[in-house]
Amino acid sequence: MTAAIEIRDVEKRFGNVGIIHGLNLSVAKGERHAVIGPNGAGKSTTFNLISGHIAPTSGEIRLNGDLISGLRPFEINRRGLSRSFQITNVFARMTVWENVRCAVLWATGHRYAFWKNVDDLPEVRQRTAEILDDINLFHRRDVPAGLLTYAEQRELEIGITIAGGADVIMLDEPTAGMSHAETERAVALIRRLTEGRTLVIVEHDMSVVFGLADRISVLVYGHIIASGSPDEIRGNPKVKEAYLGEEAT
Amino acid sequence: MTDAARPASPIAATARSQDLKFYAIWLIAAIGLVALPMIFPSGGSLTSFSLIGISIIFALSYNILLGQTGLLSFGHAVYYGLGGFAVVHMMNAAAAHGWPIPLPFIPLFGGLGGLCFAAVIGWVMTRRAGTVFAMISLGIGELVASSSLILRSLFGGESGITTDRTALPHMFGWTFGPQIQIYYLIAFWVMIAAIAMYALTRTPFGRICNAVRDNPERVEFIGYDPHVVRYLACCFSGLFAGIAGGLTAINFEIANSAYLGAVQSGLVLFATFIGGTAYFFGPILGAILVTYLQLGLTSLTSVWQLYFGIIFIGIVMFSPGGIAGILMMHRPLIRAGTLRTVIPSYLIALLPTLVLICGVILGIETIARYTANQGEGNAINLFGIPFNATAPSTWIVAIAMIVGGYLVARLTWRRIAEAWDRATTGARDRGYLA
Repeated sequence: MTAAIEIRDVEKRFGNVGIIHGLNLSVAKGERHAVIGPNGAGKSTTFNLISGHIAPTSGEIRLNGDLISGLRPFEINRRGLSRSFQITNVFARMTVWENVRCAVLWATGHRYAFWKNVDDLPEVRQRTAEILDDINLFHRRDVPAGLLTYAEQRELEIGITIAGGADVIMLDEPTAGMSHAETERAVALIRRLTEGRTLVIVEHDMSVVFGLADRISVLVYGHIIASGSPDEIRGNPKVKEAYLGEEAT
Repeated sequence: MTDAARPASPIAATARSQDLKFYAIWLIAAIGLVALPMIFPSGGSLTSFSLIGISIIFALSYNILLGQTGLLSFGHAVYYGLGGFAVVHMMNAAAAHGWPIPLPFIPLFGGLGGLCFAAVIGWVMTRRAGTVFAMISLGIGELVASSSLILRSLFGGESGITTDRTALPHMFGWTFGPQIQIYYLIAFWVMIAAIAMYALTRTPFGRICNAVRDNPERVEFIGYDPHVVRYLACCFSGLFAGIAGGLTAINFEIANSAYLGAVQSGLVLFATFIGGTAYFFGPILGAILVTYLQLGLTSLTSVWQLYFGIIFIGIVMFSPGGIAGILMMHRPLIRAGTLRTVIPSYLIALLPTLVLICGVILGIETIARYTANQGEGNAINLFGIPFNATAPSTWIVAIAMIVGGYLVARLTWRRIAEAWDRATTGARDRGYLA
């Protein structure tokens, strides 16, 4: 079976500074895969490479077997990969409803249509309502996104990410800055919403990582030093030394 | 969730009541446009209304870029002017060859002219937003404006190209000679263009324009190419600006290089911003006010541009949302019923603020007369009161009004702020404000 995401020998240099060297990673379809690593290891860069935000210097990235390295973000998104951002990245002056609806429009085939009334599209309305129900923000639908609380904005961020119905979902630190209770809610939400889809997640909170992931990859200084099940990663001496060891001391 | 009826129905219901309100507003606007010349039948007011109507279309077309898509253009008059030239050439050709195109359809060719130019130049221009777009638009504006003086056969040089609007086939027995008929022609196109531009904001494309304005980076990750969105916005904007330019050419029976220039581009930016870019009706208010001031002030004072500048700076500094922004600030208060707590503080502030403004005007007019326009003598007439520009008493009165007005007005402004706090707290308590 082809992997959902296949990264082979990817390098990324900014000028002379190499951020990612020889990155190899494979995420199977339907898997929940967590990428962990110390600060500055290149986790966000890896996300940006996969989602097309930046192009790799060399190497190839495949989505469901198709080569996507070098494509623009919207081209990759149209092939079924959607990502969230570490810093909340919503449409601040538009309402919650409009935020989610915008994310639904391309996937429902309306594209750049300038001849249809957006309020007269039942399938768009229904899907938007479903997503808002899913992320528990339906009661806040008329509030401008910029006025939501931080936790609500994070939930909206996830809502926008899943609204297009992509089958590969990438979440960049979805619980960063959340309280314990909010984190628990967010994890339950992520678990429910990514059911049957492939999930790649970058996360600092180890309880989230070990509670959610089927497989974990450890990224240190721009390459993967270990990849395996949560138990394998826990027992891996290299990982302990590079990452978990630091946490423990 | 399979039952879509629950969440969908309240939204559908509000959408329906909004629809009704929406049709009512357009109907009232149409009736107003029809009735206006009956209330103000003088030739001067018909000319004014015609120009205001044209600038409403122009400002709305500009707001497709600025307010809807977040693109600041310094060369919007290019589409307007090219629309004007397209119309003049079309009218002359139609008259010469006897083509059966009645005048009411002619503005379409203006729109086509604006659209074609936007379609050609827009792809390069909209590659980037922000400063890059603003600079390229400025460059293109200058390029077209200067080439209009060089390409004489196309633009007619400094004198421009004239036309005769009565030479085209008549429609309903209208010759389109009298200004009243031109007014109704413009009013018709104002309705068509305004409805079309409003409808555009309610389409999937229109919504994505707003998304590009708010966050172009994120748009790329929900499947859209912001470049294509900006390009299409540029094309639509060019289309409607071209219609406005075409109507101007019909109105004056001439198109010249001034239509394309930086002054015209500046005026539309000015009108749109003063009106307010965040709401669809903002540019309409701005176009009415700016055109009215432009027509009124030029006959009253030689330094009318200075007043424009002061108004613009005032809006940018104190109310970036424009007139529409100020009006819409009051909406939650009206709904919550707390507006009446603010009104008295407005009325109290009115008198000292007016004194301050009159002092500033007196100061400006005296200085202008004393320095720039000495040839006109020392006597100036303000608000029906004669002043002598060289008399010390005039200067003392002006300074006293400015200083005294400011000191008192500041206190009353503080009262407004306090009343606002109370009113918004009240509105928030009642759930009308997030």
